Amino acid sequence: MIQEPRTSPEVGGMGHSMKRKEDGRFIRGKGNYVDDIVLPDMLFMDIVRTPYPHARILNIDTSRALATPGVLAVITGRDLEKYNLHMMPTLMSDTQMVLPTDRVVYQSQEVAAVIATSRYAAADGVAAVDVDYEPLPPVVDPYKAIEPGATLVRPDRKDTNHIWHWEAGNKDATEQVFKDADLTVSEHIYIPRIHVASIETCGCVASYDKAREQLTVYMTTQAPHAVRTVVALVAGHVGLSEERIRIISPDIGGGFGGKVPVYPGYVVAIAVSFLLGKPIKWIEDRMENLQADSFARDYHIDAELALKKDGTITGLRVKTLADHGCADAAANPSKFPAGLYSIVTGSYDIGAAHVAVDAAYTTKPPGGVAYRCSFRVTEAVHAIERLADIAAHELKMDPAEFRLKNFIKPEQFPYKSATGWTYDSGNYKAALELAMQKINYAELRREQLEKRARGELMGIGISSFTEIVGAGPSHTFDILGLKMFDSAEIRIHPTGKAIARFGTKSQGQGHETTYAQIVAEELGIPAAHVQVEEGDTDTAPYGLGTYASRSTPTAGAAGAMAARKIRDKARKIAAYLLEASEEDLEWTTGKFTVRGSPDRSKTIQEIAFAAYTNHPQGMEAGLEAVSYYDPPNLTFPFGSYICVVDIDKGTGEVKVRRFVAVDDCGNIINPMIVDGQIHGGLAQGLAPALFEEIQYDENGNIQGGSFMDYLLPTAMETPNWELDKTVTPSPHHPLGAKGVGESATVGAPPAIANAVVDALWHLGVRHIDIPITPFKVWKILREKGVSE
Amino acid sequence: MSTHTIKVTVNGQAHSAEVESRLLLVHHIRDTLRLTGTHIGCDTSHCGACTVLLDDYPVKSCTMFAVQADGHAIRTVEGLEQGGALHPVQAGFKEEHGLQCGYCTPGMMMTATALLEHNTNPTEAEIRQAISGNLCRCTGYVNIVKAIQHAAGAMRGVSAALPASSAAAKTTATA
Repeated sequence: MIQEPRTSPEVGGMGHSMKRKEDGRFIRGKGNYVDDIVLPDMLFMDIVRTPYPHARILNIDTSRALATPGVLAVITGRDLEKYNLHMMPTLMSDTQMVLPTDRVVYQSQEVAAVIATSRYAAADGVAAVDVDYEPLPPVVDPYKAIEPGATLVRPDRKDTNHIWHWEAGNKDATEQVFKDADLTVSEHIYIPRIHVASIETCGCVASYDKAREQLTVYMTTQAPHAVRTVVALVAGHVGLSEERIRIISPDIGGGFGGKVPVYPGYVVAIAVSFLLGKPIKWIEDRMENLQADSFARDYHIDAELALKKDGTITGLRVKTLADHGCADAAANPSKFPAGLYSIVTGSYDIGAAHVAVDAAYTTKPPGGVAYRCSFRVTEAVHAIERLADIAAHELKMDPAEFRLKNFIKPEQFPYKSATGWTYDSGNYKAALELAMQKINYAELRREQLEKRARGELMGIGISSFTEIVGAGPSHTFDILGLKMFDSAEIRIHPTGKAIARFGTKSQGQGHETTYAQIVAEELGIPAAHVQVEEGDTDTAPYGLGTYASRSTPTAGAAGAMAARKIRDKARKIAAYLLEASEEDLEWTTGKFTVRGSPDRSKTIQEIAFAAYTNHPQGMEAGLEAVSYYDPPNLTFPFGSYICVVDIDKGTGEVKVRRFVAVDDCGNIINPMIVDGQIHGGLAQGLAPALFEEIQYDENGNIQGGSFMDYLLPTAMETPNWELDKTVTPSPHHPLGAKGVGESATVGAPPAIANAVVDALWHLGVRHIDIPITPFKVWKILREKGVSE
Repeated sequence: MSTHTIKVTVNGQAHSAEVESRLLLVHHIRDTLRLTGTHIGCDTSHCGACTVLLDDYPVKSCTMFAVQADGHAIRTVEGLEQGGALHPVQAGFKEEHGLQCGYCTPGMMMTATALLEHNTNPTEAEIRQAISGNLCRCTGYVNIVKAIQHAAGAMRGVSAALPASSAAAKTTATA
């Protein structure tokens, strides 16, 4: 179970459910989000967008717009082309249009930008820009897109819509295993496109100061340093040099991966500010956000398991078509175009596996990956957990028994998977058994049999997932060449307080509290006395930002390592003050004591004061350290979720009666914050399981482009989540901790999908793609002749 | 575009301004009055991030024009804290970890304040229904419900009659 904290509540080290330090400003409405920022002489930018998913631009007439009161300028792709800023690189080394010069390739793509003296005038200007289009055939079906003769989406890049092919595992060994199998279970699983829809949309205030030749951009970004470097590389030729660029990520209203990409709106705002020397504010509205920003999922998966007749899994084969929209703008580490998808062997000991992914261009927004999924892990976990459940049902085995039989055993860790990952630690059996006990699994199965005999539809679904987070070790991971270390810089003040700056950027994860707790754990300085900063590239050490549950594994570790460097120097100062040798000093939280002389000690506060007033000769004054942490491996949090559903036979509505989530993220910094992350992740897992979906009709029109159609669950649809924990520390992380922010979004959808199919299996239902809407279930019930 | 002079009382203070007919109330609050605690999260009246109290009832200020608020009293999140003391709803949200990114929080708290001024002991179902017009992406709602229950507990014992605008703020609150 969760270990007892080693520090007192006053110090607030690891394990304390300390109340959040950042809350003070948020509960007073004094947060500093991008749209709250107002600068002198600030202008407003709004964007003209195309209604056509694929079209040639014949003409852009800006005359009516320029005559609109308050409108100062209209920027088109031709204007940006003069500065070679009309195209930009994506995070996966593709290219993407900032503003088009001749063609548009998705509905709601940016076509022109209007600059005006007020928000409303800018909107007036947008309505007055007249664009003539010649429509071209849309490319909507990714399977058709890669057939010969398909309309090309990116003739500027390739003479095919096939972007890349990627494989992992051992193809021949897997084929052999399938040949020898007693039985195979296969399924086609489509995980549709969805959108993070954080309550704050994206935006920026770009401000170029001509007198100082400095660019400052307040921006909704999860990775400010990476943005700064990319801007310097892309716009260096017009005079924007990296030391003169400052990216400030202030308070962010939710990220979930959607605020990692660099969107055209940012680039246009920066270019215009540079040219005019005035601050430019651009804030997208919700429809723009849903229709044009980076999406998540859109994986067409064919997955098969090879099994012995006793239910032992011997092999896994997965083939997938990835719909990437009009540019591969996925936020993946560069060697992993399909992200960490090859974790698809999941929590099971599978001897042979092969994964192949092909990506296609379509006339849809670029992407993807965004949405709390740790680089495609949601897709992988959904595939393996659905397959496992189908296999269990086909074999007439209880799905829990099937999993327990196939789990990797604790003594097998560190475990090398058939696709090449080394899982650091895990105890899958303990998590599942705890979940089963907590939900009273045996009793539920009895209840299900009784209900089934009466014709009532009740289902129980399990998801036993293994996550893979904390990208990542420099030997394997980079984004656009930038290695994925992260950093911490800690400085102790004379009065024993501290400031700690990190290369990550919280969007609600509570770093101002949890990072302070790490420093408190390592140095004994109360967390309340540790000021945490992130997000200003002028002051924060270089980091790759917060996404993919990487903050605790990388920056949290850097914080611990920097604190330990400080402790090493503190020991030297203490030795000097106590006139003892360093080896004779013992550290207990917050102080050094001479061994055998308990009355001879110095607190960290006394040592800090001495660092500025009485430091030993020959030693530098001050007490601070920087650490750039290159993790030796990823971390592998895991868990077992069990969901109980009741299905309304009349309406097809799925009601989640209970949801038990047992998570294991290793050692826990703040249990309250971890539980909050899991609650939120579960809601964002429930959402795509039952409600959320972005589709395109055959003409390329988006369905799901506003909150009228894209359904976020409210407090009414969201059940009471029941949480518990096991604790299996990471053997390589300095604090034994793993990431956790995304576990629940990854683990929840298959638990719910499995529960629904479990409720309907006896009717001959084998699989339903998410979202499992009432209409889908209602149609199935009618087909199977089930009535109220 | 025609303009009108409107007078709106905001958090107890009267404000006169000349506004365009089409100016949304949320923009009047955020841009004219510089009270940026009220947020914008959608364009279809779904998310509730813009919720304020108009004469003690929650409204979505993105779906009202500023001119419609002429002669009325508005309370925003900035008006919850009184005399340096947090409103019980604010204290509840902090104690129960009812917020993460903080963006939906002002709207949630205003809805919660209105609920508790009308119903001093709501059931969980009543709380969930009351906040069903406020979307949150971070918290999964469990702790928001707990925060409101925490506030309800702190506020009980105060008169259940419909209060005047400032009466609710005089409840005993702990920071």
